[in-house]
Amino acid sequence: MFEALTPDEWRAVALSLRVSFWATALSLPFGLLTAFALARWRFPGQQVLNGLVHLPLILPPVVTGYLLLLTFGKAGTVGAALDRWFGVSFAFHWTGAALAAAIMAFPLMVRAIRLAVEAVDPKLEDAAATLGASRPWVFATVTLPLILPGILAGAILAFAKAMGEFGATITFVSNIPGKTQTLPSAIYTFLQVPGGEPQAIRLVLIAVAVALTALFLSEWVSRAIARRIGAA
Amino acid sequence: MTLEIRLAHRFKGFSLDVDFTAPPGVTAIFGRSGSGKTTLINAVAGLLRPDRGRIVAEGRMLLDSDRGLCLPPHRRRVGYVFQDARLFPHLSVRQNLLYGRWFAKLGAGAEFDRIIDLLDIAPLLDRRPGALSGGEKARVGLGRAILSNPALLLMDEPLAALDEARKAEILPYLERLRDEVRLPILYVSHAMAEVARLATTVVLLEAGRVLASGPTLELLADPATAPALGLRDAGALLTARVIAHESDGLTRLEGPAGPLWLPHIDAPAGKAVRVRVLAQDVMLALDPPGAVSALNILPATVHALRMGEGPGALVQLQVGPEMLLARVTRRSAAALGLQPGREVFAVLKAVSVAQENVGGGPSGPMARQGPGG
Repeated sequence: MFEALTPDEWRAVALSLRVSFWATALSLPFGLLTAFALARWRFPGQQVLNGLVHLPLILPPVVTGYLLLLTFGKAGTVGAALDRWFGVSFAFHWTGAALAAAIMAFPLMVRAIRLAVEAVDPKLEDAAATLGASRPWVFATVTLPLILPGILAGAILAFAKAMGEFGATITFVSNIPGKTQTLPSAIYTFLQVPGGEPQAIRLVLIAVAVALTALFLSEWVSRAIARRIGAA
Repeated sequence: MTLEIRLAHRFKGFSLDVDFTAPPGVTAIFGRSGSGKTTLINAVAGLLRPDRGRIVAEGRMLLDSDRGLCLPPHRRRVGYVFQDARLFPHLSVRQNLLYGRWFAKLGAGAEFDRIIDLLDIAPLLDRRPGALSGGEKARVGLGRAILSNPALLLMDEPLAALDEARKAEILPYLERLRDEVRLPILYVSHAMAEVARLATTVVLLEAGRVLASGPTLELLADPATAPALGLRDAGALLTARVIAHESDGLTRLEGPAGPLWLPHIDAPAGKAVRVRVLAQDVMLALDPPGAVSALNILPATVHALRMGEGPGALVQLQVGPEMLLARVTRRSAAALGLQPGREVFAVLKAVSVAQENVGGGPSGPMARQGPGG
């Protein structure tokens, strides 16, 4: 049961890691911005934005996947435009899996960062300003270091969520081995085939190992940061 | 360096409308909570944008609403010492202290060592703010503000969060700062004892308006402002110099008003001090009292008399070139026939002067600001 993975299984694991990495890395700036907008700024439509961000958390993943297909698919308005102008295509491509994972993980990331932003005392930022720091400097030297644990927590949570994303991904980019077959899709496939169970279990163990590693990593990092900040 | 402040700002149910000039030295903004002190100081720092106003620090325009000019806080060069210190928790004490210096584009030079020395914070440099006591935090906050090379220091009740012992620990540092770091200081407080010890000028704020302002010695000796300061807190200041510590624990002082004996003062001989004499601790007599336990008997002349609305009266006394306030009953005032020009003796028990009411007087040209000075 624990013999080496087949090339197909390896490809699924590698693809999942790649999809999750890019989904997390590219959504991080947007997550940071959205968290600040929700925590600090006051603007008309703030509640609408809040609702939109949380939508993937509440909608059935199949619905999110279908909406993505409608928008970013070959025939979708955005998808067609991106394809024409930038040559970027999402449909039935690993980038599509990354987009679906990013969208599904976004609410979790924003929530974690938003909590951290709300915990920062604006009075500390005022103090930094009176000491001569312009706004970008205040952000870089005070705000950012203080919310770093929240950002890391959000990123790791998003990564874990992206690793496990299934419904929206399979709806949007299908389940093509080597192209869009992620770890959960592969497990699903093996479970559909008679006698595929041992292979499925091997992948399940890998999924568990990756998730636990992410969890411990996040614990360790946030504790190290807390010690540096002096809160521990 | 002078600071001109003219501000008008309106909140829900409160308006601030002030116009005054702060001369060099420590200008205390004194008033009850809710009188607009913090609003005022935040407007000077640029943390609050008032509806209208003009703030000029030594010819440098910080705010001029008529011309649409409002410098952001980081370009005002004001060092702000907060009540809650507001040290950055993710930085060490040393990094906190150097934070403003870095933006002022200065290296950690001799000035750094001098301030560290002045505030006794060298042993704390490698610690985190979370591991400091309240008094230590206050000192680091002070150092951080001064080291940012400000043109002006703002202090928002820097002692209010501390207990009495910590206050007594910090006050001498503030006095040293005032005397050794030649910066104009705007000092917000609602504690008269602090104001009396530190301020060269007092601006009395009430409900968003300036009720009175002037040199500290003059303002505190004015019976007209005493009710606004709180009658129990009313008291004038005498300046004096420590002459000797006597063997029975008393300290002998000599000042323009005459000799004074007080309980031991923790200052070397020759040191100039200010003694706050509470009006309610001064007794008046027409003849020099003979056998009496009070150690200090100063010949004085009644300068002004102000009858209170209740049974009390405030008597302003000329003692040598200085002024003293005495709070007596109207009945006594009548019985003694007190009126301007009347010669009396002011009697002061040595033990009635609390330690916190004796502070290092400002040195240098600002030291002597007697009545009319």
